[in-house]
Amino acid sequence: MLKKRLIACLLVRDGLIVQSIGFNKYLPIGRPRFAIEFVVRWDVDEILLLDMSAAREGRGPDLALIEMLSRYCFVPLTVGGGVGSVADVRNVIRSGADKVSVNAHALARPGLITEIAEAFGSQCAVVSIDARKDADGTHRVYSDSGRRAWPLTAAEWAAQAQAAGAGEIFLNSIDRDGSRLGYDIDLIREVTAAVSIPVIACGGVGNHGHFAPGILDGGASAVAAANIFQHMEHSTILAKAHLLKDGVDVRLDSQARYANRDFDANGRLLMTDLQTLLDIEFASEHDVL
Amino acid sequence: MIGIIDYGMGNIQSVRNALERAGTSARIVLQGAELAECDGLVLPGVGAFGQAMANLTAAGMVRAIANRVADGTPLLGICLGLQLLAEGSEEHGWHPGLGLVPGRVRRMRVAPGSHLPHVGWNEARRTPVDDAGLFEGVPDPSSFYFVHSYALDCDPGVVIATTDYDGPVTAAIRFGSVFATQFHPERSQTNGLRILRNFVAHVAARCAHA
Repeated sequence: MLKKRLIACLLVRDGLIVQSIGFNKYLPIGRPRFAIEFVVRWDVDEILLLDMSAAREGRGPDLALIEMLSRYCFVPLTVGGGVGSVADVRNVIRSGADKVSVNAHALARPGLITEIAEAFGSQCAVVSIDARKDADGTHRVYSDSGRRAWPLTAAEWAAQAQAAGAGEIFLNSIDRDGSRLGYDIDLIREVTAAVSIPVIACGGVGNHGHFAPGILDGGASAVAAANIFQHMEHSTILAKAHLLKDGVDVRLDSQARYANRDFDANGRLLMTDLQTLLDIEFASEHDVL
Repeated sequence: MIGIIDYGMGNIQSVRNALERAGTSARIVLQGAELAECDGLVLPGVGAFGQAMANLTAAGMVRAIANRVADGTPLLGICLGLQLLAEGSEEHGWHPGLGLVPGRVRRMRVAPGSHLPHVGWNEARRTPVDDAGLFEGVPDPSSFYFVHSYALDCDPGVVIATTDYDGPVTAAIRFGSVFATQFHPERSQTNGLRILRNFVAHVAARCAHA
């Protein structure tokens, strides 16, 4: 049985990792290399690297950046931002990525999804969908950082993308982005009901208790977040410890497992006595990662 | 020196990065003649079986790999690299393989509602077969990253680990000095890097004896 997955979404803008709030405010965090090193060490299952500057500057993927970051990435790496052709995909994969994520380019030309799937396999083609709830309650597809509306619901576009050859759907809620309110479960349900390929839920995680409902209630195969992973030590290990506690089957290989620990309402570890802290085993310096 | 065989299929760079992190420098080899300078070989690969064999043949690799394996040079196949070691594959018609490991590659049979490719993290469980230390230090079972639609059907005496995807699936094999994993150790975090480190140690130990 496949494990459910935890994915760290790293947003890169002008070469720096940023936190995104509502698709229009960006808080710079730091250099992407260190973020990748940390989450890889902390048991993350995959990384999605999204180069936000590519679309804004009308350029293709930053191959030098991908090549540099892939040196520190020992889990599958998906790259998005500026991927508009099979040649882009070939370059991105040569630079160290395993899959690509396409968004606005696929909306403008859905045949791109088919071309990628035929050249590299459907597992390589991730279609990223940004959805926002309209006044009438429908989840409409937007592109260009939420500025351009498309006459499609998220579920309709996901089904079309699957038919075109997509291997996965990365589903983000513009309303929940940076809100810390948790996933838009209705949105995830609508999309998982419309497709049979894996759906990755994203947008709105404010504490580690927000991950499990994306899978248990929404039907997603993987849960992703960006902002929450940036300001906490062992962030992705803690997220997985919480998922396991909530009954979701995820991989947790770290020796720091937090199996018998409790969390506060913000998903932070509750303070414990000194002996318990001393008993927590951390990976030794001789370990391979 | 470990040589990574580059025949134009898949992500060679990530294998090289992981071998470096596992403690060795690796060179990328493009022609069969270069294999003579390598103490150990890695055969990676992502893509279609028939195209891979055509590329290996064009690069003079088929006989060169067989010669080195006959010498006892350790080889590690990864993903498509595992499948290429077999007698052949039924992927898009029958294609003969390198024939270094007895067995045939067949399309995986999955239950209705299950998907191919089998992609994601899945648990691999050791068998009693001697792995010559490839899984040393790796907890059993452990999860690894898989991406494949075809799998090796072979003598259980060769299989050192299996996974489960609507039935048992060959996850890792050992046949003499030939090792291979269906999963991607270079993308399987700590336990993947441990496997690569163990292979590197196996190559180093053999060199020390020589």
